[in-house]
Parts: sequence; structure tokens; C-alpha cells
Amino acid sequence: MSKPSLKAGPTVLPNLPGSIAQVGVMTKYELLTYFRSRRFFILLIIGLIISSILTAVVAYYGVSSFASNALGFYSFWWGNSVTLVVILSGIFFGGDAISGEFQNKTGYFLVGNPLRRSSIYVGKWIAALTASLIILAVYAAIAVGNGVYYFGASIPYQFGESLVFSVLYLIAVLGFTFFFSSLFKSSSMSILVTAILFLFAFSLIQLIVSSLAQIEPWFIITYGAGIIGNVLTDPYPTTQSVRGGFSGREATTLYAVSIPEGIAILVGYFVVTAIIGLLLFERKEFT
Amino acid sequence: MSSPSIEAVNLSKRYGSFSALSNLNLKIEGSKCVGFLGPNGAGKTTTLKLFTDMIRASEGKALINGISVHENKKKALASVGSLIESPEIYPSLTPREALSMVAEIRGMPRSERKKKIEEVVAEVRMEEWLDKKVGKFSKGMKQRINISAALLSEPEILLLDEPSTGLDPRGMSEVREIVKSLKHKNRLIFMSSHLLNEVSDICDEVAMIDHGKLLVYDKLNNVVSRFSGDGGEIIIDVGLSRDIDDQTVTKNISSLTGVVSAERLETKSLRIKFSGNLENQERLLSDLVALKIGLVSFHPSSSALEDTYLNLIKATL
Repeated sequence: MSKPSLKAGPTVLPNLPGSIAQVGVMTKYELLTYFRSRRFFILLIIGLIISSILTAVVAYYGVSSFASNALGFYSFWWGNSVTLVVILSGIFFGGDAISGEFQNKTGYFLVGNPLRRSSIYVGKWIAALTASLIILAVYAAIAVGNGVYYFGASIPYQFGESLVFSVLYLIAVLGFTFFFSSLFKSSSMSILVTAILFLFAFSLIQLIVSSLAQIEPWFIITYGAGIIGNVLTDPYPTTQSVRGGFSGREATTLYAVSIPEGIAILVGYFVVTAIIGLLLFERKEFT
Repeated sequence: MSSPSIEAVNLSKRYGSFSALSNLNLKIEGSKCVGFLGPNGAGKTTTLKLFTDMIRASEGKALINGISVHENKKKALASVGSLIESPEIYPSLTPREALSMVAEIRGMPRSERKKKIEEVVAEVRMEEWLDKKVGKFSKGMKQRINISAALLSEPEILLLDEPSTGLDPRGMSEVREIVKSLKHKNRLIFMSSHLLNEVSDICDEVAMIDHGKLLVYDKLNNVVSRFSGDGGEIIIDVGLSRDIDDQTVTKNISSLTGVVSAERLETKSLRIKFSGNLENQERLLSDLVALKIGLVSFHPSSSALEDTYLNLIKATL
């Protein structure tokens, strides 16, 4: 190392940036690491593969096999698959966002600086949201491209609503994945638990609660996300009682989440998990 | 401007029934380098983590320039550079980007950033690697970048946790030179280390800790004279090119100025217990040469600080 050339006397920084500015710095460099790392491009490729398969299937069997109008087309294309893209974004960008700072010891590089932990948490969350929105935008663009090709430029307004609900679901999913990421110190554990919950457990619990226990699963995030697909159905589905079972005379309730209810569930999930996740990170020790 | 200070007030950290740090009261003030010594698990890193809010105190306060680190971390750490436990840097970033992030977090003006980053990276001799991704770096190279990150904002207080960890002998020597140069520039350096020669070479004062309790904090010379246990005597190992007999040892060497005792270890080596300053040591060396006993090496077998350390730590076992 060369002779130190630091000037005599310390520089007293007149003003540290405000916490919001520091959030911006965290977001900027977290996004840079996303774009430099493979995971962003892997997820982008997964999104493109799903889009390509759907494009190929529609082209091969003909659009009339799947939908008779534009709304039906978007329901088939977007409504059935976007939740998977959202969940994968949550797992890829949120699964180890916080736990990785402990396991990989990168947190030690950051936390010793004059920077609130909340700025780190929020900055990373915004970066994860931004990266996920890029993936979602690419996926939406391909869906719209196909829709315009088959049904013209008149895009049903319900697709816009569904897009907004998808973003809301993404926000809730990222809130939830960041919470789990704060809970664990192991990256693989937080990713695994998040993936199991979103890909299997929530759907299974929702099925058991609604079909067997006959209780509306208002406390399950994936039930709230039902508004993404429901809004693309005309008329909007409602909760109804149907006859079924072995005898064919047993009453069964098929639950359909309403838009206000779905929004409340997603917002509730985001607010609660974001607050708890942030508190966990604030209290967690770098031992 | 008041002098920089760090202060632990009844600072304790417990993990269940295990006490990692017990009621530490320590105030360090002014421009100086303080070595923080203790065996593994003594509480050195715990203390430094409490001063950087990486962990929360069970009791007490960690104050930097009179500001509680836990209650107002941003303000307390504004003038602190730290290096705790060899951090990892995001592998996809280059040193320039990682240091830019730190500079931006600390509010360094854009106009100064580039120059300052290149300056600190040059100090740790990593200029060639400035725009290479950190993921490809060795542990020692990462540690050099970590050191440059701690120096980046020219902080008035530096908290260093075994800064030489992972460095090769040249790197260790270079870190010593950097720290030495900083302590003359109105900086307070609080540095934990296992390397007693490093601490005795760099530091003005020393704090020793064991089992989470502070054993002593004083000027290095005072600590050594109080606790070395041999009244300031040092032991010198002497290597010879030919055999030496007991008579020469007892008659000629034991009678030299400053020699308390001398014994033959093997046919070609001696151990001399000596009392005196550096000038007396120089004279002893020339006296031994004058005896024409085939002297080829002459070095202290252990430093006074090491003796002190061993005496103090042993006493708490």
C-alpha cells in the first residue's frame, strides 16, 4: 500500500443525506446488483418462455379455441398466468433480499455506515418492486401484442384493472417475501419457505378452507389475488351456493372474492407484513 | 472542534445466560490509537458491534462523541469509519461502485467522489482492480477494499476489528503503516487485534478484556510496567555459529551490563534475561560481538506486551 495521502484532519461532512435520499442510493445499487446478477435475466427468460408457450399454443390451435372476444382472450392469457409471474418475482427478488445480508455478510459492509436500517429495507424493497415491474411490463406487453394481433387495438378496460390488481398483488407478495426474508438468516431457508407457501401451501389451505370447511378464505393472500382473474370475467363472478356432493343434494358454497374485498386483503397483507418485516430487521442482530 | 471520543457506559451484552460483555465502562478521548486486546470470545468484537449498532446492548450505552449509537445511529456514526468482521461486498459490484455507494450514503459531494475513491484505493494498492468485479477477489483483496471503505470519508474515529485479518505479511505491514499515519492526523483509532507486535508497534494505549470484563486500560508503557511481572525485564534469545561452554556463559556473559541472568539452551544458543532500555540493548549486542562467540542472531524472545498479556489473561482463567 502506498504512503497514505490523506490530508491532515478529518473532513467533517456538513450534512449527511436525508433518509429518503439514502433510500434512493440503496435502490440504485440494489438494482445494479439485480441487473448484473443472473437472477433478473433468468426470471426474464422464464417470463418470455411462458409467453412463448402461450403464443405458440394460441397460434397452433387457433384463437377461437380459447376465446370468442378480447376480454375472454385476456382472461385466458393474462388472468391464468400472471399470478405465477408475480409469485416468481417475489421469490426471485424478495426471497433472500434481507436474509442474504446476514448469510453472505454483505450487511456488515452497509450497517456500520450512518444509515438507518429502515433505509436499507425500503431501498431494497423498492429495487425489488422496480425489477419485478420490468418483468411484469414485458409480460404484459407480449399479452397485449397478441391481443392486438387477434382482436385489434381495442383493449378492454378490464385488462387495465387486472393489470393494476396484479401490481397490487406484486406489492403484497413482495411485502410478504421481505417479511419472511427478515425472519430467517439463511437465504435458502427464506426462499424455500416463501416458494412453498406461494406455490403450494396457500392454494391448498384455500381449497381446504373453502371447499371442506365451507369458510370464506378471506385471510389467504391468494384468495385476495382472485380479483386479477375475476375482473376479466363478464359478468363478474359472485359467491354462490350450488348443489353437489355424493347425493347431489348437498349445498356447497363457491366463494368469489369481490373487488373491495380483494383490495382489502392485498393491502392488509402488505401493510401488516411490511411493518412486521421492518421491525424484525430493525431488531435483528449481526452476530 | 472538540476531540473525538467513544464511551461505553455500563455496557453489557448477554445471550441467554452467557454474558458476552459485562458492565464495560471505558472512555477513550483524543487523537490516539488504542489497541483492544483479549483472547477469542473475550468480547472485543461484541464491543465494536455495539459501537456500530450491529447488535443491541442488554444494558448500558455506547456513545460516540456523546451521542448514543442506538438512539441516534445516523448522527453518532456520521464521523466514524468502521471495519467489523471482514465484511463481504456485493460480488457483482466493482470496488469503484461499492465505494461510490458508501460515498453517496455518507453524502460525499459528487465532485470529490471519483478523486477520493481513487485515492483510497491507491492507498490499499488496488488501483488495477478498481473496475473489476469484487466476486473474483481473494479474501485479502476484499479486506483491502473494506479498509479503503472505512477510510473513504476521512472519519475522525476509526473502529477496526482485526484489520489485518486475511492479509499477507506485506498487507499486514501496509495496514500498520496506514494506521500509524492516521493517528498523527487528529484521528481516534480503536482497534482490536490478536497481533501483539502490531498493537505495540502502532498503539499509544491499550485496553485488555477477558470474559466480557475490562481488565485494564492505560498507556501502553504503564500497562507493561505494571503488569509484565518481571519489572520491565526482557528475554533475549541469542544464536551462535559455534558451540559455547558454560564457563563463558557464567563468567563473561552474565557479568555484562544489564544482564540479569544467562543460560545455555543448547550448545549453539543462549537465553539472556536483560534489564535496560534500547541503548543498553545496543551496548549488550556490541559487547557480545566483542566476546567473539560467533553471534549470528539476537532478538527478544517475547515482547513485554506479550508477557503483560499472558500475565493478565492467565490471572482471569
